[in-house]
Amino acid sequence: MMPAVAMRGIRKRFGAVQANDGVDLTVAAGTVHGIVGENGAGKSTLMSILYGLVSADGGSIEINGQAATIRHSRDAMQLGVGMVHQHFMLVETFSALDNVLLGAEPAWHLAAARAQGRVRLQDLMRDSGLQVRLDAPVEDLPVGERQRLEILKALYRGARILILDEPTAVLTPQETEQLFHTLRQLRARGTTILLITHKLKEIIALTDAVTVMRAGRVVLDCATADTTTDALAQAMVGRRVQLGRGSDAVAQAHGEPLLRADHLQWRDAAGVVRLADVSIALRPGEIVGIAGVSGNGQSELLDALAGLLVPDAGDLQLAGRRFTPARWLDPATARDLAVAHVPEDRQRRGLVLPFAAWESAVLGYHARPRYDHHGWMVHDTMFADAASMMERYDVRPRDPRIRSGQFSGGNQQKLVLAREAMPEPKVLLVGQPTRGVDIGAIEFIHGRLRAMRDAGGALLVVSSELDEILALADRVLVMNGGRISGELPIDACTEGALGRLMGDAAADSVQSAAA
Amino acid sequence: MSSDQELPRWLDLVVLPLFNLALALLVCGIVVLVIGLDPLQVLALLVRGAFGSRIGVSYTLYYATTFVFTGLAVAVAFHGGLFNIGGEGQAMLGGIGTALVALALGDHASAWIVLPAMVLAAAVFGAAWAAVPAALQAWRGSHVVITTIMFNFIASALLSWLLINVLKDPGNMTVESRSFGPGAHVPALHELLALAGVQWPRSPLNLSVLLAAASAVLVYLLVWRTRPGYMLRAVGHAPEAARYAGIRPPAQIMFSMMLSGALAGLVGINEVAGTHGRLLLDYVVGAGFAGIAVSLIGRNHPVGIVLASLLFGALYQGGAELAFEIAGFSRDMVFTLQGLIVLFSGAMAQVAAPTLARAWFALEHRLRPAHG
Repeated sequence: MMPAVAMRGIRKRFGAVQANDGVDLTVAAGTVHGIVGENGAGKSTLMSILYGLVSADGGSIEINGQAATIRHSRDAMQLGVGMVHQHFMLVETFSALDNVLLGAEPAWHLAAARAQGRVRLQDLMRDSGLQVRLDAPVEDLPVGERQRLEILKALYRGARILILDEPTAVLTPQETEQLFHTLRQLRARGTTILLITHKLKEIIALTDAVTVMRAGRVVLDCATADTTTDALAQAMVGRRVQLGRGSDAVAQAHGEPLLRADHLQWRDAAGVVRLADVSIALRPGEIVGIAGVSGNGQSELLDALAGLLVPDAGDLQLAGRRFTPARWLDPATARDLAVAHVPEDRQRRGLVLPFAAWESAVLGYHARPRYDHHGWMVHDTMFADAASMMERYDVRPRDPRIRSGQFSGGNQQKLVLAREAMPEPKVLLVGQPTRGVDIGAIEFIHGRLRAMRDAGGALLVVSSELDEILALADRVLVMNGGRISGELPIDACTEGALGRLMGDAAADSVQSAAA
Repeated sequence: MSSDQELPRWLDLVVLPLFNLALALLVCGIVVLVIGLDPLQVLALLVRGAFGSRIGVSYTLYYATTFVFTGLAVAVAFHGGLFNIGGEGQAMLGGIGTALVALALGDHASAWIVLPAMVLAAAVFGAAWAAVPAALQAWRGSHVVITTIMFNFIASALLSWLLINVLKDPGNMTVESRSFGPGAHVPALHELLALAGVQWPRSPLNLSVLLAAASAVLVYLLVWRTRPGYMLRAVGHAPEAARYAGIRPPAQIMFSMMLSGALAGLVGINEVAGTHGRLLLDYVVGAGFAGIAVSLIGRNHPVGIVLASLLFGALYQGGAELAFEIAGFSRDMVFTLQGLIVLFSGAMAQVAAPTLARAWFALEHRLRPAHG
């Protein structure tokens, strides 16, 4: 059978970086083809070339056996290639229908265009099983529905080959399962799907064939049935990778809690209860994991413990001091009391993106006498410390002069973690330690977190990845609807048990994913 | 795809601005050609008018002094994430502060006391005028762009009221205060040079030019070398990250706006005390707004702002000369030239960057093919 996509000898250079170095990719029609690789391996570049966002320096492309010249995404769409970007390209204040029609209106008169478009879309939704509320403004749609809308948008424009860039990065487990269901249905209708991801479980669960890229080249190309997650991980990183607990023993912590929060309550501005009677204690030498579908109060709990959010009620005991909502902890005091915080959103919170790495490397600690001599910043020390952080945490490229925003997500995360670990905190609060991070870096970051625990630190890890909780935690708390719905020692944690505590809907999806 | 390509610094900071300036001059040339004049002759006259004589240079520097103050004011607020377009009003208040001190002390006290007191008053009055919009933004969320521009009008009304009802010299028909006493006289450059035995033509250029130079150095040190500057930039670039780092954004908003207002207020020293020697109605004449253009063209950096101020000073002085020398070359033509320079060097400063980047990387590629 004729391949849907055949790319041969694709080359692309950005400045000093050879992003694609003679890449061959063949995708059989009507299959789901996975493309995996670490950040910077060149997979996004390859797909941008196929979709006409970037022009290749060399190589050829065939679509359905025909030589194709793709200079612009308009060319790609005419050839039936559609793309769903990781960050959605939607006008939030427009209705779902208008978003689909935007730029592809079937008539000049908008009312007529809407009427015609609605009929076609309803047919399309029935055929594809992609259900979207067409009249709701996009800002009111949950993330999963926005993604269905993006897919619908591509299909409406006649896409027969669909590129999905990290589609599950923003989805909850149930939304992911729903997406996979949809993609299988689309495949059954003959749509060819290219799936860019770094989650290997998804490759195994969904794809027919997989291409692994590393440093701009293809290093493995095989049928999914012939491979395993371990083999894929090894191909991606170029060495054996140890994820999960391995032989790591579970720590039993009995000491006095370093941090103890009792009965935290908080309502947001809209009056929704985000924290409901949450109590937690962190003891030296343990990692406490918080599992839960995101948006169930985990972020608010982290913020409250870090001093970024003042709860309505409850109290906090830390280093012999007691804080109540009238005089709550503030972030500077938290750091003075040896509480470090790796925030969930490293781009908005963890780093000042336009700052050079050496400036971001002291953020939060900038007032320490080490960096501040009577108001003057000690640039030499800042630079030297940043360099040593980057050395110890293997941040690449290893140049403190580079702007924080220029690093890849994994390297940004390592920089933030390095900074927070530098003053050897007693308590470390970590939100989403490895979101959007490469496998190699995940292994590294997990190793560092365990080492901090073994050195007597008390760690709180919030993660929406169950695998991560299971790999790291010694004790697991589950949050659901702003309250702690249960606590399990790690030996008692199964995906099913956790799923039940995370909420009924979540339990179903976790179990069906595990099945 | 993580690499949006960055230009090497020298290309970004030297070649690109010169390229933009050349482009602006080219289009100016076409405009001049259209009205039937010789562009090269006009350019030569402009340059000669601004730099060709000692008096021309003096005037250029005098104009530039005011632009340095207002340009720095805009830049400091910008680094704090705020767009202060109230330089006009803050400069007026600076002038009022200067005048009040000069009128109170100028007749009796020595210049050693009055001059520092005037500088302090100009800065404090400017800062106080900026503090109100700042507080409204910091704690009430009213946008400073709206409030500062409203405060320009209030400042203008306040100045008129003060002059007409309180400070007007009773024996004088024009709306201005009496002349300041000798203690409030800011030495002009020609007077200082005369002391050193150097003959220099009479011009409004005065000691304030050194104050402007010192302000540029201090702003650089403060913003990039000190902890308050670090905090100010952190809030400006990423308020959420700043909050995470234990920095309180409201305090920083107050700090950067008041510093900005103080710098704008110093215009009062150059214009009211340094040039006119009395308080009058229109000593700011758009300098506050020109500061926005100066800061934009100078990339919000003190070095760039000093250079852009010199460019603007030269345009003011050379343009005045042009209007005088060539019949048919009106003051409006000078504004057209200024507008084109603001357009190409300020508003469209990055338009040529991608082309330049592509040319550079292609060249680099050819020079070092085995790289990487």
